[in-house]
Amino acid sequence: MASVETPSRSDAPPAVRLRGIGKRFPGVIANDDINIDVARGTIHAIVGENGAGKSTLMKILYGVQPPDSGTIEIDGAAVTLGSPADAIKAGVGMVFQHFMLADNLTVAENVVLGAERLHGIGAAAREEITRISGSYGLGVDPDRLVEDLGVGARQRVEILKVLYRGARIVILDEPTAVLVPQEVDELFDNLRELKAEGLSVIFISHKLDEVLSVADEITVVRRGTTVTTVDPAGVTARQLAELMVGSELPSPSTESSTVTDEVLLSVRDLTLPDPAGGRPLVDGVSFDIHRGEVLGIAGVEGNGQAELVETIMGMRDGATGTVELAGTDLSGRSTGQRREAGIGYIPEDRHRHGLLLDSSLWENRVLGHQTRRPSVSHGLVDRAAARADTQRIIEAYDVRTPGPEVPARALSGGNQQKLIVGREMSGDPVLLIAAHPTRGVDVGAQAAIWDHVKNARRNGLAVLLISADLDELIGLSDRIEVILRGGLVGRFDPSEVTPEDLGSAMTGAGSDAPREEGSP
Amino acid sequence: MSAPAVARTPAPRVRRRSPYTYLAVVVGLLVAVSLLEVVTGADDLTSSGTISATLVATVPIALAALGGLWSERAGIVNIGLEGMMILGTYGAGFFGYHYGAWAGVLGAILLGMVGGLIHAVATVIFDVDHIVSGVAINIIALGATQYLASRTFVGLPGGGSTQSPTIPSLPSLTIAPVSDGLQGLEQRNVFVISEVAAVVRALTTNLSALTVIGLLLVLVTYLVLWKTTFGLRLRSCGESPVTAESLGVAVLRYKFVAVLISGAMAGLAGGFLAMVASSNYRDGQTGGRGYIGLAAMIFGNWRPGGMLAGSGLFGYTQTLGLRSGRDSVHALLLAVAVLALAVAVLQLRRRHVRAAIGFAVAGVVVGAVYFAIDEVADDFTRMTPYVITLLVLGLFSQRLRMPAADGESYRKGSAG
Amino acid sequence: MSGGRVRRLLLGAAAPVLALVAAILITSLVLLVAGDPVLDTWSTILSAPRERNVANIINNATVLYLSGLAVAVGFRMNLFNIGVDGQYRIAAFAAAVVAGEAWLPGYLNTVLAIVVAMAVGAAWAGIAGLLRATRGVSEVISTIMLNFISTSLVAFLLRKAAVRAPGSNSINTKEIPEGSRIPGIPFGGGVVEIYGFVVLAVLSGLAYWFVLNRTRFGFDLRATGQSTTAAVASGINVRRMIVIAMLISGAAAGLVGLPILFGDAYSYGSTFQSGLGFSGIAIALLGRNHPVGIGLGALLFAYLNEQSNPLQILVGVSPEIVAITQGVIVLTVVVSYEVVRRYRRRLEQQAVAAATDRPERPAPTEEVAT
Repeated sequence: MASVETPSRSDAPPAVRLRGIGKRFPGVIANDDINIDVARGTIHAIVGENGAGKSTLMKILYGVQPPDSGTIEIDGAAVTLGSPADAIKAGVGMVFQHFMLADNLTVAENVVLGAERLHGIGAAAREEITRISGSYGLGVDPDRLVEDLGVGARQRVEILKVLYRGARIVILDEPTAVLVPQEVDELFDNLRELKAEGLSVIFISHKLDEVLSVADEITVVRRGTTVTTVDPAGVTARQLAELMVGSELPSPSTESSTVTDEVLLSVRDLTLPDPAGGRPLVDGVSFDIHRGEVLGIAGVEGNGQAELVETIMGMRDGATGTVELAGTDLSGRSTGQRREAGIGYIPEDRHRHGLLLDSSLWENRVLGHQTRRPSVSHGLVDRAAARADTQRIIEAYDVRTPGPEVPARALSGGNQQKLIVGREMSGDPVLLIAAHPTRGVDVGAQAAIWDHVKNARRNGLAVLLISADLDELIGLSDRIEVILRGGLVGRFDPSEVTPEDLGSAMTGAGSDAPREEGSP
Repeated sequence: MSAPAVARTPAPRVRRRSPYTYLAVVVGLLVAVSLLEVVTGADDLTSSGTISATLVATVPIALAALGGLWSERAGIVNIGLEGMMILGTYGAGFFGYHYGAWAGVLGAILLGMVGGLIHAVATVIFDVDHIVSGVAINIIALGATQYLASRTFVGLPGGGSTQSPTIPSLPSLTIAPVSDGLQGLEQRNVFVISEVAAVVRALTTNLSALTVIGLLLVLVTYLVLWKTTFGLRLRSCGESPVTAESLGVAVLRYKFVAVLISGAMAGLAGGFLAMVASSNYRDGQTGGRGYIGLAAMIFGNWRPGGMLAGSGLFGYTQTLGLRSGRDSVHALLLAVAVLALAVAVLQLRRRHVRAAIGFAVAGVVVGAVYFAIDEVADDFTRMTPYVITLLVLGLFSQRLRMPAADGESYRKGSAG
Repeated sequence: MSGGRVRRLLLGAAAPVLALVAAILITSLVLLVAGDPVLDTWSTILSAPRERNVANIINNATVLYLSGLAVAVGFRMNLFNIGVDGQYRIAAFAAAVVAGEAWLPGYLNTVLAIVVAMAVGAAWAGIAGLLRATRGVSEVISTIMLNFISTSLVAFLLRKAAVRAPGSNSINTKEIPEGSRIPGIPFGGGVVEIYGFVVLAVLSGLAYWFVLNRTRFGFDLRATGQSTTAAVASGINVRRMIVIAMLISGAAAGLVGLPILFGDAYSYGSTFQSGLGFSGIAIALLGRNHPVGIGLGALLFAYLNEQSNPLQILVGVSPEIVAITQGVIVLTVVVSYEVVRRYRRRLEQQAVAAATDRPERPAPTEEVAT
């Protein structure tokens, strides 16, 4: 692994030069002394953990937020980017992670919005869109409504939007997060085409293998600051990961097996139809989890993991199939009844599904346990008992807070998550469902949460673990099932499987025909 | 509940209708109403008097609905329309009396815009909940006009704390040859032909300039919102302000302007009530028309054409109710019954069995009511727009398409 | 923590005081522009009310309080019940008919009428709840529509059920027999009386507080109001909660017209007071959905209503000026609460940062989306 100087392709100034960029929010330093050079005609990747400050950096470069300190140079000239309009004028275009498209407008309307001066909003604009679409092979029809487009097509509309404005510098924020492998390949082809045309691409990601395959240079960001810039030819994914984390990677490792013969969770033919009429979101899923067993579910995001969990939790209407917990049939029961039957649930999105952000910690302790002691008895909330039990969780799970009266919003992500884990374990569950339990938490909390999952397993719980982090899955699971397009497509033994094996199973490589756009 | 990476099946949908479709609908309506007259003997359904009155009743509703459309297309819910209309009625009374008819029109617009300004400052700048702000504006507007009326109209000839002096009237248009020439034809009661004659007569007899302006504003609104850069940007603020901001659209400014225009439209609607539908400002003149406008906008699925149709429908029922139209409204019941049964058949063909049964039952019930009673009380005529809107919302809520970010708060810097 | 408690109390009081001051300033500006005497107006409004006026204020506040409670129940669940106005009128009409018919003797009749009022109010609001829960129809729009429908419906039914008092233009339902009326409570040395219904209003406030803050049901309701998604994940049946919350809100709305009906008017007529539902929205906002806050808000509004009455006679200012004040309060109270909330949140984050050993990234808020 070698730190490299900016490769001197020519004497021309770099397309983008950032020096000493800093940005603070109340109580947080999001960026601190960021230095990056992006050469013209290259793909420059910026990698870092969730919360390392990549997105803030990109918002600064796209003029969404002004930096508190530092300078930005584009093609050698210092610029001040006070708004996206300034950035566009300077030739910077951005493809956001969450698509910036208005669903109820046509492709053409979405593309010309904000750039009406170039070619108007009528026929001339449509012609130009068709031309660009043709010359980069984007295949975009200007007259379709965006809401009728699939994910890949939406992303191409986003890229077209940027090109339409004549951008020379294209930023893509986590562009592959929502794509299936074939779409990722298509995207990379498109990016290489842009590069060939002399455009500079800034590619933000935390998927290291993708970064290594497509980037010309890689800058690592950690805790809001640039650590180093490396040449992809000289590093491995593991080395990059260690640069991102700043220390030896903690990797979860399971102790000796505690798996028993006793089936605790039995799922049979679970199917969730698509309310929009497409392919089922969960498609005939069957599996068992035994006492003391961790079942890991691997899959590319958006292949039905979230729906599977929510169906098991009884949060989705219209599901068929059976869910049996410790011999009790839960099918047709409500979410509340399933929780009472002994399911603990660590949801994927803790802000939306796990917490009442403006309520105190002890009220959050009650959430999901409204029907059980100690927090509730005889239909009344027992505030003293709830407070006391929250205090117990705070101590047992090392939740850093002044006390149980603080609103959940004030806690850091890791501490919020530790509170949720403590709460879900407090109901003496039989089954623990953990969806991306360490997503967006700091390394310290990550290790603690891994320990809690292992404890749960040791204490004889069945654990269903969903994660996008393959190391986490391999390290914690007793068995791994791969989910693809709503169905389980492969079973692996974590002691033998490599991340590469899992990766190809997750993408359905070699097994099924590639998914076609817009067809069910 | 994360967004699936799975492409959704494109739902084929009819998006654009040609002008001929609208023409066909109008002609179809005329034929249907003519038939209804023949069957029920309710002759007043399409007299030129009814149509003129319908026009006068429709325009203020349509203007209020336009006010709603402008605001909601930019993502700001406006239930303060009623209050802005009230301010408009006062503006017309005050400025119209002191400075002449056209000044009255301007005054109505101006006062409506004051209401719009309050709403814009509250919702756009201070991020106050749109509904809360709307409620507040309705309270403030009512209090302010009553306060101002007793401050400014007491002691003037014909004026008082609850009404203004008479406002000079606006010019109106009569094309005598056409109007008189068609009178005979209309009275001869020839199937459909007489109905057409009545419509033409209504449009050529004593047509107020403000009526023409009001109808033109519907067209202008359509052109501005759907055919110009300004309109595209404004609509993008209502569909996805984050997107708009990421593309350099000054979202807050567009929202602000949209709410001001909304206030102007609602103010003009109030002005119309004071100057055309009546001849002075009166306390309580709006009578909830701001809300009917809101209903018409929802009925019209946030589109100018649909909104005009809704306004026309509500204006028509209102007119029939006022023109001692107990018979007329009664006759309409038959139309509703037949229509419901027709929709039931249509739904059955599409194999929507539950919907079909629902419509069939509704049709039979309404039909039974038609034969059971001889006339419909005014109270029921008055609640028609509201009941229709509830039904539309309840039955077709899945088909309605309000601006995606309507009513949501937005603060600068949310992009990304 | 006593220092913290004092600060919390001060912060809690800061918002309404700020709002009130702003509203008074804006109203003064209107008076100034219109050329009315500003100081005379305020000194009239702020002069000490006489016993009779105090009784009127309490009576008016009783009615407004119930209206505020009805709206607040919805607010706690993030439901905007604009329809309290229609609900209380149709409920009061139903109660008046039942009480007037006097099928039961004495106070049994009263109880029956109250139950009927609550049921009718609940049913009327329940329509909006059902539309929201099953069809996703915004309760704001549906309750607006239902308000107008109830106006026409009541007018129609009133004509069917009414008896015309000889020599009067207005039509009314049958008078409630004396034995079923709710007696007033002597006030201020027995010269004047206040509504006996005051007791019931206070009990309603207590029930509201207890149910929302102490029971599991209240917890579910508040949790759903804060985050529908978290509520679903925690096992709350959100659709059912929407319907139930609207039913409760409607039932409370059903009580709004009753103090007037049983303590003053004794029949429902075409001139029965309307518009109380909209004041309720303002008062619930002002009182921050807290039962005591709503009480203070109701007293404030009632005070303004009563004290503005003599304005016309004493200083020649139209009393409608207080409507402007009341409307402006609605806006300023929302803004000032938001300002205080942001300030408080920053304090809390600092407190947490100070309490934890090492600095950590707080959870992203809207401002710090990563």
